[in-house]
Amino acid sequence: MGCCVIEVSGVTKRYGKKTAVEDLSFEVRPGVVTGFLGPNGSGKSTTMRLILGLDAPNSGHTRVNGRPYREHAAPLHEVGALLEARSVHTGRSALNHLLALAQTHGIPRKRVAELIEMVGLKEVAGKRAGDFSLGMGQRLGIASALLGDPRTVMLDEPVNGLDPEGIQWVRRLLKNLASEGRTVFVSSHLMSEMALTAEHLIVIGRGKLIADTSVADFLQRASKQAVRVRSPQAERLAELIAGPDVGVNAVAPSVLEVTGLDSEQVGTTAAEHGIVLYELSPQTASLEEAFMELTRDSVEFHGEAAQAEPSQAVAS
Amino acid sequence: MSADAVSLGRVTQRRVNRSEWTKLRSVRSTRWTLLVALFLILGIGILACVIFESRWTHLSPHDRLRFHPLRESLAGVNFAQLAFGVLGVLTITAEYSTGMIRSSLSAVPRRLPVLWGKAIVFGVCAFAISLPAVFAVFFIGQAILTGHHLNIALSHPGVLRSLFGAALFLTVMGLFGLGLGAIVRNTAGGIALLVGIMFMLPPILDLLPSSVSDSISPYLPSNAGGAVWTINPDPNTLHPWVGLALFAGYAALSLAIAAVLLLRRDT
Repeated sequence: MGCCVIEVSGVTKRYGKKTAVEDLSFEVRPGVVTGFLGPNGSGKSTTMRLILGLDAPNSGHTRVNGRPYREHAAPLHEVGALLEARSVHTGRSALNHLLALAQTHGIPRKRVAELIEMVGLKEVAGKRAGDFSLGMGQRLGIASALLGDPRTVMLDEPVNGLDPEGIQWVRRLLKNLASEGRTVFVSSHLMSEMALTAEHLIVIGRGKLIADTSVADFLQRASKQAVRVRSPQAERLAELIAGPDVGVNAVAPSVLEVTGLDSEQVGTTAAEHGIVLYELSPQTASLEEAFMELTRDSVEFHGEAAQAEPSQAVAS
Repeated sequence: MSADAVSLGRVTQRRVNRSEWTKLRSVRSTRWTLLVALFLILGIGILACVIFESRWTHLSPHDRLRFHPLRESLAGVNFAQLAFGVLGVLTITAEYSTGMIRSSLSAVPRRLPVLWGKAIVFGVCAFAISLPAVFAVFFIGQAILTGHHLNIALSHPGVLRSLFGAALFLTVMGLFGLGLGAIVRNTAGGIALLVGIMFMLPPILDLLPSSVSDSISPYLPSNAGGAVWTINPDPNTLHPWVGLALFAGYAALSLAIAAVLLLRRDT
């Protein structure tokens, strides 16, 4: 058995003229939650489909526990996956959906009932899955991922559409699964979500690998400190604090954003020259901003609005 | 999980068949389509027999000559074939339209067992429903026709063959639909293709000079399949079992193409 639970090596996948994933290589190791981060449309879902053998790459290969997913005798015991969008017949009940999947591996009915209970769908197990809310659909998808008691759990945007209580539940679940020694590979377009749940990060943009690092390293590398200064003499202050390692950005008339100095240094310089300050506040770039900074060049569509809006992108 | 439990959990064709049975029985479209098929087989067959029985004394000699007790009691099979075909198409295309196929193929990534499982389960199910239905409508129909002694016995030459043939024809029709549906992966497209082949090809062929059409006509899927449950084949049809074999061959070909495509295509 190889060292790695999931192995993606040199994978390129094109759909027509569009390249969804380009020469992507990474490995997912057991025992930790690995976050798979990237903006919408960056190729996360495609990569997961390639790992499951649902789509075939144009070049390169993917392996799970040492061999292609397709070659496993009991694939649901190797990888349990929650796929993007709905992958459920809308006219079938949650119970029958899970039962049909379980029967392919001879998984007993008892296990199906257990999982329905565990994901909190007991009340609605007999209802048509098509009538489920997005959150209930996600719970059903998570139940199907866990059916085979898999060593590796691969979840595509599991918190999408969940209410705060459901989000908490997924976070706890992911941590529990990892603490049981399982490999957890979970995608998201939300950096903040990953910072809370993941230990390791694989970041992609436009189908290419951007970073393969621990979450702690990534945050340190990506986040920047800045000081926001508001003053009627902003221009003069800008001249005074200018230096080789100092960045001064006039974000609005009489408002500066200063990097490379902390607020004490800026305040002291202003006082020495008798400059009036209306505001002096340290700014910590949010995780989302750090993430956007890193993936800026790789985001498929830039919008003017995206600069002003909070970075919570709309789910694809 | 212990190694024992893991080895117990292998994917086998039998397990996939069970899974496909659960899938087939757990959607409403199956129940409705089969109910419609039963209604058509029984309803139209009985209606045809009732009409002939009640109108017999008023019928022209020409109409009387055209009458055959078996054919009238099986009049509904012509209509029910569409229901079976559509259900065959739906069995696979509904998985594509809902996204279920991704779940199915993740569980069975070797893929072919899913297609074979559907064919086996659907085939058995279709035959188990159509066979009792055609026997039932035969006996009911003949009972209706006893008034003018128009009825025919089960032991009459060709009757048993026609009844089994009709059930097999409906079953193969559904499998043909399954194959075509798996090729086009789209409900509307699959039904259109099936209807085109079964119902549009014969009239199109009639546009050709009869010297040409007569030599092709018996080999059309519809006519080949029809040969097995026609009581008095006209000279221009295939031998009943040859016809069924050819029709089954078309269905098998569609499933074979579907199998190759299933292995090659992205989901």
